[in-house]
Amino acid sequence: MSDLPEGIEQRSIGDETGLATRGPPAYGEPTDDTGWRRWNPRRSKLGAMIQSGMDTGLTGGETVLYLGAAAGTTVSHVADFAGPTYAVEFAARPVRDLLDVAEDRQRLFPLLKDARKPETYAHVVEPVDVIIQDVATRGQAEVALTNRGFLHEDGRLLLAVKARSEDVTADPETVFDEVVGTLESEYEVLERQRLEPYHADHLGVVARPR
Amino acid sequence: MTDDAWFADLDPGDRAAAADRIREGSAESPADWPALAVEAGVSADEAEYYDRLRGATLAAGRAAASEREGAVDQQLVHAVRAMDDCRRQANELAERVAEWGGSRFEEAGTGVEYARELSGRDSGSVGVPASEASGGSSEPRSDGDRQVLALARQVVALDEEADALAEYIETSTPEVAPNLAAMAGPVLAARLLSLAGGLESLAKKPSGTVQVLGAEDALFAHLRGDAPSPKHGVIYTHDAVRGTRSEDRGSAARALAGKLAIAARVDYYGGDRRPGLQAELDERIAAIQARAEGGGGDE
Ligand SMILES: C[S@@+](CC[C@H](N)C(=O)[O-])C[C@H]1O[C@@H](n2cnc3c(N)ncnc32)[C@H](O)[C@@H]1O
Repeated sequence: MSDLPEGIEQRSIGDETGLATRGPPAYGEPTDDTGWRRWNPRRSKLGAMIQSGMDTGLTGGETVLYLGAAAGTTVSHVADFAGPTYAVEFAARPVRDLLDVAEDRQRLFPLLKDARKPETYAHVVEPVDVIIQDVATRGQAEVALTNRGFLHEDGRLLLAVKARSEDVTADPETVFDEVVGTLESEYEVLERQRLEPYHADHLGVVARPR
Repeated sequence: MTDDAWFADLDPGDRAAAADRIREGSAESPADWPALAVEAGVSADEAEYYDRLRGATLAAGRAAASEREGAVDQQLVHAVRAMDDCRRQANELAERVAEWGGSRFEEAGTGVEYARELSGRDSGSVGVPASEASGGSSEPRSDGDRQVLALARQVVALDEEADALAEYIETSTPEVAPNLAAMAGPVLAARLLSLAGGLESLAKKPSGTVQVLGAEDALFAHLRGDAPSPKHGVIYTHDAVRGTRSEDRGSAARALAGKLAIAARVDYYGGDRRPGLQAELDERIAAIQARAEGGGGDE
């Protein structure tokens, strides 16, 4: 397994040992009295990528653009170990909770925007070291392609692909090949790995811009 | 290039304007905004820049969230109540029309359908002679006739308004609560939202409460000790409950309420579609309904 980035540790909290970051509790996760809180890979695709040993290239402290932040479960942990973190989510429903999570953090910037329209947040978001994407809707590769302009030349894309979002009936491997194929027009794929047992029919991808 | 920046030409103290800019602005491509802000003297240093950005994005997010919430789930609450009002009044008036019309015209009928029939005639052709009892006038256009027809048209208008509201509910509910709408059907989903007072409060209710939403009277009677505890509220109208024989309806209602409560939570907190919930419900209901087969109970 690759080294964990600064700010992420395997710690025992409660009666379990697992990933943890240090920051204000965000969604009722187990915490210990030194400020560490459990990052459950079953509730987070990025958590699953890290837990299963994928080489994300994260070191801690980087600038992040997070696409598909939902209620902020994963992005709360990201903001704990990363630098300035821009969290894009387009559904109004989960944004309330995302706002609460952002309220407790100094460098987490919530943006109620559509990730398919980067021009609507390019006036706010700076070029970043890492794009983390978990949108779980049709056209996942296209979202990564349209947002490529935010990534530094030596940056990383950490992408979770949900097979069922592209095609409920197709074989997941076929869907993954297609998504990765589309991605490869502008990204070089460094690693791909299924996220079982944490997430069924999801693929984790690490890529860098071509 | 800096012209596109969210902070360009803003009064630094004006957070509302900054929030608007975050929401409405755009740029073709990103730029190193923190450095540009410092360079332009807008912020003293990057830390100050990020503090300002934080205030602006939080304000923008809060404004956008309440706008959209106010714009959708609360609208649905009103729409459902208005639809029910229209239907109830249409039915009440229709009874009056039936009673009145039956005394004047030969063929009688009941309900909104009869009102629709009457309103379809133009007042000149009402001429079916009234029954003996009504006085036997063959003159079709008495004032009384006209009044009945006008009333019938009101019934139809109210009924059509209710249909239009139902249509609005059917298209809007899946936007607010996709999982709940898929599982309950949009109208029942909107009724649950309405009884709970919105998606947030529905998402925070335990499934036992969801099960009896709409049966508050029965619930209070039960709490007073006057009645057995209600097995279900509005979810009674769902096929999973209605299609189950009566001795198993309590179990079906409990299973359905459990899944609906989860669907509401997914809709409020998460956002993605979970077709798996429906499959789990179907399985559970099939198992409950299968109990009837061995015993040869009623349908
Ligand atoms: C699987 S959830 C993300 C969960 C989240 N990443 C976490 O682990 O805490 C997918 C989210 O992406 C959002 N989403 C889908 N398409 C989007 C788009 N085009 N722009 C912004 N958000 C989008 C959905 O509204 C949903 O909240």
